[in-house]
Amino acid sequence: MLSYVLKRLSHTLLVIVGISIVSFVFLQLSGDPVGLMLPQDATSQQIEDLRHKLGLDDPVVVQYLRFVGNALRGDLGRSLFSNEPVAALILERLPATVELAFFSMAFALVIALPIGIVSALKRGTLIDTASMVLALFGLSMPHFWLGIMMIMLFSVQLGWLPTSGRGSFAQIIMPAAAMGISMVALFARLTRSTLLEVLGQDYVRTARAKGLPEYIVIGKHALKNAMIPLVTMIGMEFGLLLGGAVIIETVFAWPGVGRLIVQAIMDRDYPVVQGAVMLLSMIFVIVNLLVDLAYGWLDPDVSLRRASK
Amino acid sequence: MSHEQLDAADAGPAYRRRSGPARAWSALHALLLQSPSAFIGALILVLIVFACFIVPALLGQDGEATDLLNTFVPPVWQEGGSWATPLGTDHLGRDTLSRILIGGRISLTVAFCAVAMALSIGLVLGTLSGFYGGWIDSVIMRVGDLFLAYPFMLLTISVIALLGPSLTNLIIILALADWVTYARTVRGSVIAVRGKEYVRAAEAIGTPNRTIIRRHILPNTIAPILVLATVRAANYIIWESGLSFLGMGVPPPTPTWGIMLAEGRNYILNAWWLVTLPGLAIMFTILSVNLLGDGLRDAMDPRLKRVGK
Repeated sequence: MLSYVLKRLSHTLLVIVGISIVSFVFLQLSGDPVGLMLPQDATSQQIEDLRHKLGLDDPVVVQYLRFVGNALRGDLGRSLFSNEPVAALILERLPATVELAFFSMAFALVIALPIGIVSALKRGTLIDTASMVLALFGLSMPHFWLGIMMIMLFSVQLGWLPTSGRGSFAQIIMPAAAMGISMVALFARLTRSTLLEVLGQDYVRTARAKGLPEYIVIGKHALKNAMIPLVTMIGMEFGLLLGGAVIIETVFAWPGVGRLIVQAIMDRDYPVVQGAVMLLSMIFVIVNLLVDLAYGWLDPDVSLRRASK
Repeated sequence: MSHEQLDAADAGPAYRRRSGPARAWSALHALLLQSPSAFIGALILVLIVFACFIVPALLGQDGEATDLLNTFVPPVWQEGGSWATPLGTDHLGRDTLSRILIGGRISLTVAFCAVAMALSIGLVLGTLSGFYGGWIDSVIMRVGDLFLAYPFMLLTISVIALLGPSLTNLIIILALADWVTYARTVRGSVIAVRGKEYVRAAEAIGTPNRTIIRRHILPNTIAPILVLATVRAANYIIWESGLSFLGMGVPPPTPTWGIMLAEGRNYILNAWWLVTLPGLAIMFTILSVNLLGDGLRDAMDPRLKRVGK
């Protein structure tokens, strides 16, 4: 177990270093900020001075190490647009994005689990077929389109829910539901298929044979084991949530990091784009690390198998 | 050359029966008939491809012609609709139907090219990784991990922010962001086949590596790769529409589904068709691709399972 944890930790560290290098390279490629910071008629001497002051004439490796050092101290540079610290801009928006991700995930799980379980238990019935057809539709809809359709129905036609913004519970329902819908489909299908697989196992037959009531067989023996792949899927889908936030936050004017990124791209504010992308990616990597560790803990078999690889 | 002779000796009738594109194709054909949902999916997809690539040319429409005297004409079944524009017109009087068809052309082109490109990269790197192992494998897989560490949407938009939006950039970025998915699958199948007797036998008689890869290894990766490519193609269409929606896809005035949704969103109060219909077009396209993918996967399941182990 310990070797698995260590292996996984060092792997994550490697990926995080990789992300920092990519971000640094992107920033380098995005052009020389000096041109944007000085007036058009600046002399070459002024340009040289500013470059020197900003450390842009140092070797690339030195600049990279400075970038990492600054990032570790929470300094991701300043916005070219508002001159505010990038880290502060992101942190200000992060709670909104996390909140939305959390609610979408909760929405998806609350709806998907019962559907998946019922479909598996009633395999081949009308309920099963209908659920799986619906799931297929759910997987086939772009979530931002669904969001717009919801606005059209619930806000414009029925006047039940506010179209945008953040603050009240009513405002989070539509964005969370729109973002959660594809996950509902995914989780429901996964729950169904893993549960079906587990139900065919010997230990489930044994549990039934010794006369345990069905709800204990399902709840205690089958579901617990069927949950394991779901945990991995949840971790992976988290990345989709962070990425999907970019669009859904735009649709619902949700003041999160996603909208910050879109606005920053419009403004060509590269430090903000890079800072936000770097931070969200690292959050994603760390979430997946936690999921993997949880996975190893849920299923001891895994840690042995993976560590020996 | 002696290699050729050995090859010819190796390629007895039994071997011929096991491999060869003709055999793979007829197997695929049979599988398609076995799985009705895959067949329906394929049928709808063919219809969509025909409608998008042939119909606009027959009608002589490019979807960019404006008609300011006939803006916001509703679809033909509503009052005020006209057969000249069966699905209505937008704020510039452009015909919704031809815009949807041409938008579909863009989406399908992007999806097809991105799959072809990502698959090629993934096939080469995955084969190298799985066949040679060792440091080649480590380097390729670690670099791949880095790509997987980014939430897909964030990776693509940060590159587009740098390079600027265009059709070519979009295809390249989707492919570069996703090659690792294919590489991993190919690597898995290659490793599974690598130790088989017939590969060992071919090695023992001195068949060059490239011949072994071409003759014995690659044919075994076709099934899983085909399923994967279908699933990913559906995702590319959704991502392409999402990026276009944000203004980071193919730039206007080229009609794409994403741009139509972004523009139509401004008129949800008075022109429901502008935002509803392109979304339905996306949904049915994705649905047909998903049906095809699911059907193929189910039909090839035993084989996939074997490869996965």
